[in-house]
Amino acid sequence: MRKILLSSIIVIIGITFIGRLSYLQIFSFSPDHVLEDPAIKRIYDYPERGYIYDRNGKLLVGNDPAYDVMVIPREVKTLDTLEFCNLLGIDKKKFKKELRKARIYSPRLPSVLVPQLSKEDYARLQEKMRRYQGFYIQKRSLRYYDTPSAASVLGYISEVNERDLAANPYYIQGELTGRTGVEKQYEDILRGRKGVQYIQKDRFNRDIGPYKDGILDTLPEQGKEIHITLDKELQEYGERLMHGKRGGIVAIEPASGEILSLISGPTYDPSLLVGRERSRNYNKLYNDSIPKPLFNRAVLAEQSPGSPFKTLNALVALQEGVISPSTTVTCYSGFFVGGRKRGCHCGGGTRNMNSGIYKSCNAYFASTFRKIYDKFNTTDEGMDVWEKHIKSFGLGGFLGYDLPTGRRGLIPSKKFYDKWYGDNRWASSTIISLSIGQGEVLVTPIQLANMTATIANRGHYYTPHVLKKIEGNDITNPKYTEPKLTTIDRKHFEPIIQGMADVYKKGTARWVQIPDIEIAGKTGTVENFTIIDSVKTQLTDHSVFVAFAPVDNPKIAISVYIENGYYGSRYAGHIASLMIEKYLKGEITRKDLEKRMLEKTLEHEYAKPFSGEEFKINEYVW
Amino acid sequence: MSGRSVLKRIDWLTVFIYLALVIIGWVNIYSSTFTEAEPSIFNFSTLHGKQLFFIGASLVSIVIILAMETSFYERFSSVFYIVSMILLLGLFIFGKTIAGATSWYDLGFFNLQPSELAKVVTALALAKYLSDIQTDIKRGKDQLYAFLIILVPVILIIPQPDPGSALVFFSLVFVIFREGLPLYYLGIGFLAVLVFVTTLMFGTVWVSIATVLLILLFFLLKKKKSKIPILPLISIAAVALLFSLSVNFVFNNVFEQRHRDRFSLWLRLEKDPNKLEQIRKTIGYNSYQSEKAIESGGFFGKGFLEGTRTKGDFVPEQHTDYIFSTVGEEWGFVGTTTVIILFTLLFLRLVFLAERQKSDFSRMYGYGVISILLIHYFINVGMVIGVLPTIGIPLPFFSYGGSGLLFFTALLFVFLKLDTNRLKEEF
Repeated sequence: MRKILLSSIIVIIGITFIGRLSYLQIFSFSPDHVLEDPAIKRIYDYPERGYIYDRNGKLLVGNDPAYDVMVIPREVKTLDTLEFCNLLGIDKKKFKKELRKARIYSPRLPSVLVPQLSKEDYARLQEKMRRYQGFYIQKRSLRYYDTPSAASVLGYISEVNERDLAANPYYIQGELTGRTGVEKQYEDILRGRKGVQYIQKDRFNRDIGPYKDGILDTLPEQGKEIHITLDKELQEYGERLMHGKRGGIVAIEPASGEILSLISGPTYDPSLLVGRERSRNYNKLYNDSIPKPLFNRAVLAEQSPGSPFKTLNALVALQEGVISPSTTVTCYSGFFVGGRKRGCHCGGGTRNMNSGIYKSCNAYFASTFRKIYDKFNTTDEGMDVWEKHIKSFGLGGFLGYDLPTGRRGLIPSKKFYDKWYGDNRWASSTIISLSIGQGEVLVTPIQLANMTATIANRGHYYTPHVLKKIEGNDITNPKYTEPKLTTIDRKHFEPIIQGMADVYKKGTARWVQIPDIEIAGKTGTVENFTIIDSVKTQLTDHSVFVAFAPVDNPKIAISVYIENGYYGSRYAGHIASLMIEKYLKGEITRKDLEKRMLEKTLEHEYAKPFSGEEFKINEYVW
Repeated sequence: MSGRSVLKRIDWLTVFIYLALVIIGWVNIYSSTFTEAEPSIFNFSTLHGKQLFFIGASLVSIVIILAMETSFYERFSSVFYIVSMILLLGLFIFGKTIAGATSWYDLGFFNLQPSELAKVVTALALAKYLSDIQTDIKRGKDQLYAFLIILVPVILIIPQPDPGSALVFFSLVFVIFREGLPLYYLGIGFLAVLVFVTTLMFGTVWVSIATVLLILLFFLLKKKKSKIPILPLISIAAVALLFSLSVNFVFNNVFEQRHRDRFSLWLRLEKDPNKLEQIRKTIGYNSYQSEKAIESGGFFGKGFLEGTRTKGDFVPEQHTDYIFSTVGEEWGFVGTTTVIILFTLLFLRLVFLAERQKSDFSRMYGYGVISILLIHYFINVGMVIGVLPTIGIPLPFFSYGGSGLLFFTALLFVFLKLDTNRLKEEF
């Protein structure tokens, strides 16, 4: 036994060691990735982020150099704190706090001590920095905005967060990434690729030369410049028109689907979200919870479309052959559904399609809507056909435009109503509000603009988009360059467009005519409600207008949605006409109107639900 | 005896394993001391160059050892022992201090570490004493003498201070055990270590409860007429409990903080992540870095001269005590396992050789060689891979160090020389 004992001990030791080694080297093996190896230092070379220009080559976003004072805590030697603080222009307490923070983050990795020095401070500090071990100045570039507008399209950049880091291994702590808008959508194009140099270090953190003779090192790849489809002037003008108003404006070039302007009111100056004041400004905007300047209404606000939706119902009815342009309906200043009268503001009388549109007769479209359903044996069948036609205009779903945010809107289906009312518990009379664009249907301003562009194109549309050129080359993505057809035949559009043109000439929008430009449009006045102290309360109507011009060769299709602006032509119509004039003529001839629109605000309307008092709605006060 | 017959009879398997370990060791020393500025392997101003010189010197010493008469080693072992003890004593006056330990004689071209020599001669002296016809290991007095042979160098080495080397001598108890030391010595040793470790890990209360439960279990299971005495059993338990109590006292009052930290790191006692981080940066820095280096090697390793942690010198003393971590980082699991298997084969082969000796002296010396090499290997590799607390002793044939390599070589080859003579030997 004594003879075997030693051999057994030898074998047991061997097995134990191999067991431990397999635990270390196989089971808990974490490869020293070149990025995690503490013995390898990485020095990054950041390329400049790509510039952004408008459709005419005007600069929207550029870069400004910025200088950060960095600190590597464990390399800091004792220093004259007071002198150093004076030099940096910060007080001693803050200096100590920042230094402690940096040490907690990592003693051996650089942290920002004072971010974004001015150029003057940098010039003053640059020479003296060498005297302070463990501190250095790092140059980087900040976004510079050559416009106070277009924040809703451009978006902004900010430091990567935990989620970004987890989602994309490219990023490391402290880098910047596009947060919304174009900056996010085209992050890869704008950002370029950082270059990296690997340096071998010893355990005292001293550089001892390039790692593997630099074979892994890379050069930075410059960010690409892009042109976007916005018209800088139109965008800026539109934002000025939205002064004191809430809502959205979206203008599209029908022949290409290019978004000429995309405006959300209220908005903010994109320069606010750059530099030292970034987070304070962001919190201010974020906490402004009633007007919500960060909420991009042009793509996110889902509201009932109102009367512009009537044009689609007319098109569906024509396509299904249940009416012709000459079909007439008698309006009794209203119409009867299920024994109940619904009102109409058209003045009453006999309406055909043309006058139905330009006078926006509710009775005419209620009747038309029911005719669509009456064609089929069951309401379900009618609903399916109606839904298919409406959705072919890009409604009720994400349009597929190249901005990172959006909403579907809602085009109700039979499933929706079966759930809402119960199986077979509803009919065309139940859902008659759809005929005039009220009720359950919801659209966003960009969907409304796309719908208008589709009518302007007489039956097809190009997916709206904001990217025009990358490095001067036009985009070729077929998603944006190939037309999407609707289910409505081309021939049915002319009578509708005629009606829309008459809206301008003699209908609900005759007050907003522009000399020399023929416009086709449609007003909308949308009833809306809010809840005040658990009571459903009606607010002043939303003012809606969709239009395109010129009628025969459309260059611009626009939707304007002004919350609580009262009837369609009152705000939305005027603003749309100014936008169209601005875009087509470059200048405004109707100075009085322009002045009024620029100055008027609707703040008094928006204050009403919060006043705590009784209030009147739909008042004729200017 | 002619040189030819030595070459014929020497155990070539052992020689090959020895050469393999020395070569692998040198390659890793080269890697861990390599600088771009001095890539030449024959530059004797570099550490790997010096080691190469000592490898040559070791080969020469092998020739000398093999050329000697076999009986020379047995006959003069007492003289060697006394000379070596005098050398250890002399350190108190003439010793050179390196890294806080006065363990060297400065011989100009290299530093001689007499404790290394003492390992060889103590093994010889112990074998000589035990193989003496008049020695009976069952006798208490002879046991005492045998222990004294081991204890004298220990007592001389501890004050240097070099507790690691001192610990090595205790492995020679195994030789005495092999020759008939009663089993309970080993049992007591084992029990003491067990109580020590469990007390540190779980506290005296749990150890007491476990002891009482074990005794109760014993009573329940024992047969009526079993002859196992109950009283001594209970007294052993009582002594164990007293020992457990004293462990706490010694640990908290006699040990220094760095010792406590080493143990708490080893037994994973520290749960507070902040303190653990602190220990990792101070007392546990070496172990932590060496474990990390080994871990980062993975299965196949990073490749020769590609170990970034080795190059960056992240593991202190990597070319000496922590040389095995270089193997781990650059050669991976494949490399570490190869080395473990080589050592295991070497030891098993040596056990086989020792057991086939006809001469008691040769067998006992063989056991001495195995014990000394094994405890070095066990403690060193155990420390580097994090299963044992930090005790600074080198890995035989592997670690950088001139006198270390020379005396490990001498230790081994004296035995191989004795082995060549096994058939003729008859006194």
